[in-house]
Amino acid sequence: MSQPNSWVGYRTIVRKEVTRIVRIWGQTVVPPAITMTLYFIIFGNLIGRRIGEMGGFDYMQFIVPGLVMMSVITNSYGNMVSSFFGAKFGHHIEELLVSPLPSSIILAGYVTGALVRGLMVGAVVILVSLFFTRLEVQHPLIMVSVLLLTSVVFAMAGMVNAIFAQKFDDIAIIPTFVLTPLTYLGGVFYSISLLPEFWQKVSAFNPILYMVNGFRYGILGVSDVNIVRAYAIMLVFAVLLFITCMTLLRRGTGLRS
Amino acid sequence: MIQSPSLPWAGSGPTLQVCCVPHEAMKVTGQMLALEVDQLKKTYANGVEALKGVSLRVEEGDFFALLGPNGAGKSTLIGIISSLVNATSGEMRVFGTSVQRERSMAMSYLGLVPQEVNFNQFERPLEIVVNQAGYYGIPKKIATERAEKYLRQLQLWDKRDQPSRSLSGGMKRRLMIARAMVNEPRLLILDEPTAGVDIEIRRSMWEFIREINEKGTTVILTTHYLEEAEELCRNIAIIDHGEIVEDTNMKQLLGKLDIETFVLDLREEILQPPRLEGMDIHCRDENTIEVSLPRSKSLNALFAELDDQGFHVTSMRNKANRLEELFLRLVDKGASS
Repeated sequence: MSQPNSWVGYRTIVRKEVTRIVRIWGQTVVPPAITMTLYFIIFGNLIGRRIGEMGGFDYMQFIVPGLVMMSVITNSYGNMVSSFFGAKFGHHIEELLVSPLPSSIILAGYVTGALVRGLMVGAVVILVSLFFTRLEVQHPLIMVSVLLLTSVVFAMAGMVNAIFAQKFDDIAIIPTFVLTPLTYLGGVFYSISLLPEFWQKVSAFNPILYMVNGFRYGILGVSDVNIVRAYAIMLVFAVLLFITCMTLLRRGTGLRS
Repeated sequence: MIQSPSLPWAGSGPTLQVCCVPHEAMKVTGQMLALEVDQLKKTYANGVEALKGVSLRVEEGDFFALLGPNGAGKSTLIGIISSLVNATSGEMRVFGTSVQRERSMAMSYLGLVPQEVNFNQFERPLEIVVNQAGYYGIPKKIATERAEKYLRQLQLWDKRDQPSRSLSGGMKRRLMIARAMVNEPRLLILDEPTAGVDIEIRRSMWEFIREINEKGTTVILTTHYLEEAEELCRNIAIIDHGEIVEDTNMKQLLGKLDIETFVLDLREEILQPPRLEGMDIHCRDENTIEVSLPRSKSLNALFAELDDQGFHVTSMRNKANRLEELFLRLVDKGASS
């Protein structure tokens, strides 16, 4: 018997994940659309009109890239952590663990699922934003590559969380106490040039700042950070998280007794 | 009734002369070992030593029973074979392929029916079986054909689009068998597949599994229904406290039973049990006696002596399944030593 076809296995995981995202569309796609509409109305329109310009753009335009990234980060992470932990909690992860699929394919399949959800939600948020403002993409390749890299990074971070989680509380702690504060402080709603120097330096340790600004550079052509450094930081996180995920999956940490 | 299976690859592999022969007369003639376990040890993080150096051989084509009381180490052993549990030390090969070093290859030979329901209960049966085939690299078209075949054989085709959480307990167990069969494994491991299943479905499942075995699939079965193991299996290992206490064939094991206990219903009421030399007899009630009959005595002799003393037997049955008696003795011996 020859080695099983891993490509079929990969496609199966992706199909299963996408089916799940579509089946529960009311939980996956609709809530971010509603939340972001509220952000656009309240922050962009009502409050934004009083703020005026930021970074050379009207406030509504300035926050669009940040809000798209916020949705992509939250949904990529959330999709991975809920789907993988759900499979672990319900024991159907065993279907994959007893199969011949290598760990790399399991990781790739789940990351692609999270990527699909991240991109779907990102597209919905961009569409919603077009009802409120006008966007002219300055650097499409940068925009797309930053979007993909960010989604992949947070999908893998979600997998690490899911692997170590023992109960549903454990998958809520990181999004609530780590992701949300880092996202809000990552320049979604403001340029860090507004902050005192000390807090600008503190902000430089926030990886989400580089992702938000990288994406903003792709759309608006402005950024608070050096774009090369932004890519370097995203790539370093992607590599570190990939190694971590692969090590954990191969060892069976949190999955095999 | 569950329909008979047909495995497309059966007959194309190493020669197995087991088809269409009554199961008791069947001999395992496989050329290689389906499973080799050498000095397998498992100590869990909490210090529990679940396996203390287990060694086991299962020949290709065998129908093998792995028995033991709760907590003996059966599920740990099955977990390690199917790579759900990491071994502390020891070696294991499935059809000559190391589970530790060539996991993917070894797993491609395997089908597992676990003790607990472990499919996504929000998915539909057809989806579950087709997806499992995909994990084994089987393209969707073939996967769908196979899923239909096994779901039909296991009487689940009508339920293929229902949420699997709505299936009955017996249906869920059959769904797990269909899922395990979809990659047409050379080694099928069934961990208490008939637990909580009614007798009619259980017997249908026996037939299905027996025919899978007759067509060439090696089967390892754990069960608490010892008559199930006696009925189906040719070879047997008994595990207790993480050690193999018996590893032999069923006939030899049953041959070790030196005393069998029978329950006899008598036509007349009795006050005192009959006294027969070399037999332990006591009353259950005024019409029923229990006789412990040594192997040296025949049933004919028992009936003749009872008849001589004026006792007329109207019916007879085993007090316990023969394997059950042996199992309890072996496990008790293990516990007391």
